[in-house]
Amino acid sequence: MPPTENGTAPAIEFRGVEKRFGDHTVLKGLDFTVSPGERVTLIGPSGSGKTTILRLIMTLESLTDGYIFVHGDPLTHEERGGKRVALPGKQVRANTKRIGMVFQHFNLFPNMTVIENLVEAPIHVLGLSRAEATEKARGLLAKVGLSDKETEHPSRLSGGQQQRVAIARALAMDPDILLLDEVTSALDPELVDDVLQVLRDIARETDITMLIVTHEMQFARDVSQRVMMFDGGVILEEGHPEDIFTHPTQERTRKFLSAVLD
Amino acid sequence: MDEKVSVLVEFLPQLWDGLLVTLQLTLGGAVGTIVLAVVLGLGMLAPTGWVSVPSRVVVEFFRGTSLLVQLFWFFYVLPIVLDVNLDPLTCGVLALSLNYGAYSAEVVRSSIAHVPKGQWEAAMALSLSPARRMFRVIFPQGWALMIPSLATLQIQLLKGTAVASFITLQDLNERVGVLRQQTGDTLFSYTVGLLIYFVLAWLIQVGMDALERQAKRRLGRGGPGLLTRVRTRLRGNGSASSTTASPTSGSGSTSSTEVAS
Amino acid sequence: MNPSWWNWQAAADALPLLLEGFLTTLIATVGGTIIAVILGLFIAVLLRGLPAWAAWLPRLLVAFVRNTPLIVQLVFVYTLFSMNEALIEVSALTVGIAVIGVHYSTYMSESYRAGIDAVPQGQWEAISALSLPPVRSFRSVILPQALRATVPSLGNYAVAMFKDTPFLMAIFVTELVRTAEQVGGRTFAYTEAFTLAGLIFLAASYPTSLLIRRLEKSLATY
Repeated sequence: MPPTENGTAPAIEFRGVEKRFGDHTVLKGLDFTVSPGERVTLIGPSGSGKTTILRLIMTLESLTDGYIFVHGDPLTHEERGGKRVALPGKQVRANTKRIGMVFQHFNLFPNMTVIENLVEAPIHVLGLSRAEATEKARGLLAKVGLSDKETEHPSRLSGGQQQRVAIARALAMDPDILLLDEVTSALDPELVDDVLQVLRDIARETDITMLIVTHEMQFARDVSQRVMMFDGGVILEEGHPEDIFTHPTQERTRKFLSAVLD
Repeated sequence: MDEKVSVLVEFLPQLWDGLLVTLQLTLGGAVGTIVLAVVLGLGMLAPTGWVSVPSRVVVEFFRGTSLLVQLFWFFYVLPIVLDVNLDPLTCGVLALSLNYGAYSAEVVRSSIAHVPKGQWEAAMALSLSPARRMFRVIFPQGWALMIPSLATLQIQLLKGTAVASFITLQDLNERVGVLRQQTGDTLFSYTVGLLIYFVLAWLIQVGMDALERQAKRRLGRGGPGLLTRVRTRLRGNGSASSTTASPTSGSGSTSSTEVAS
Repeated sequence: MNPSWWNWQAAADALPLLLEGFLTTLIATVGGTIIAVILGLFIAVLLRGLPAWAAWLPRLLVAFVRNTPLIVQLVFVYTLFSMNEALIEVSALTVGIAVIGVHYSTYMSESYRAGIDAVPQGQWEAISALSLPPVRSFRSVILPQALRATVPSLGNYAVAMFKDTPFLMAIFVTELVRTAEQVGGRTFAYTEAFTLAGLIFLAASYPTSLLIRRLEKSLATY
């Protein structure tokens, strides 16, 4: 099922998504859609469930109830004869092939060099030849400004360099959806700009759908078309970044923003 | 003393035969141990109870009963129960593998469990298959953690092979006993015997240390390997002075190259 | 229902004898543990106190005892004793307990060393800042903290020693497994005797291991 088949379907759709950890409900009956090519920033206090949303889409967590659709196709569960049925693991993995994620702590594979990190999945998941994958990886490393680090081990790179490699690794899978989970939170302040610049370039040059969790409000303003404010597992308000950042309708949003923008 | 040395020299071929039996038990046991350790260790981590519970039971069973009991059980009881003939060497390798394999499985399990969760998640985010996730990403990282403990257990295994004389095998231990009878000198014979065991243990330690260094190098820790150093030198021919400096001086120099690029 | 190779009557007959042998096993374990716990601490403190040039020989000796087979050591020392007129009266069990205790003291000394190393640097600094006498303060400040962390590890070695006590049959101590072998040789009830011996070991060591694991957890969270 090629993603182009459902050209009109939203890139991501949450339908009644509920997530509980034990007694604690993180997401309550969440409904929203993200259009293809749209960039959406999720903001909100910690524990408001925004990171959980990214992790659900990446299938790193399993949803307690509801459905997620990606380009119109069910991601992890589907409704069959009025019942909610889990899809087999293999199919879930196939569904997530074109979803990429960049993590707060980079999570590069320390047992592989930079280039090996980039070619592993394209070769073994997408079935590219080693030559094709290497060529593509080199192009991506050039794009993130790390051509000279090809044979280095990740542990010998600075945090900012590691994160740029991690972005290149995600892009090597040709994602149509990219999930960015607080990608600059673990970086020293002077390394943040390089990483954000790379992401701005990607946003400008591609039409990848992006879901961004960040505390970098200027970046959110520059890149995204929509901001969703979360609190207590529900969307408190959403809108164009200019509107949300300059005149939020909710008191909670205002308080949150003034705390973050300080 | 000269007289004893000449007895020893004459006895060397027999001692060698004993050493060979000990080495067979050690190597056979080592292979069996590692195979069982990986199978049971990963088995204990399996998400389904159908796999993890039996693995755990086997591990606890063989850790909880004594090596010698297991050896005798395989030697005396198993042939009766299964109505087969097991030669003593097979019995020895079987008992050693299961006993030390159970201990090693626990090492494998806990090392794999110590690999950061983010590594699993990154592998999942790239849609790697479960097998590839484990053997290309997780296991190589756990491997570096498990080597020191596995080294200790391999030496324990070597020491454990001395039980072989209980089931009629003429291993090093048994040969040393014969040497004592021939020389009549307990101190001399057993010092020779213990020294041989000590050297074997030392060789295992040296080998495992080398494995550990290699594993750490693969993770980019503990100094760059020779190969990386040569490669960097070859690649950086033009601006040799700056690029050759960076890998040896470690992470501190990366910021300077970052500015340069 | 009953497999041909298992005889409940033979098992019932063997059990009292096996339990008698098990008593010797327990005596050996307790005796060996007492020696190892005391000697291990002594070795750890000695190796720490000695200057580097003087420590290499004891260090080598410790490594030698640890890395060579217990069975060979047992037979070696037992033979030395039995060849010596003055020592021939010493019982095999006594020799065995001593050798097993010394063997495991080399392991336990490592536990102590790790425990002492794990005491935060600040504690040592506090001692010197207060100008406390070194030996006294080592005993009253460092050691109690080190021992706390060491207890589970010592316990694990005690359990390991317990499972090694069958090696004592190499010097003719009639402990549990030798009893099983004798019962088997006399009645051909090998299956019953060795299976029961294994189960007795499991019944004793598994709960002890669980207890130590729980202790480990409770000490770790403190």
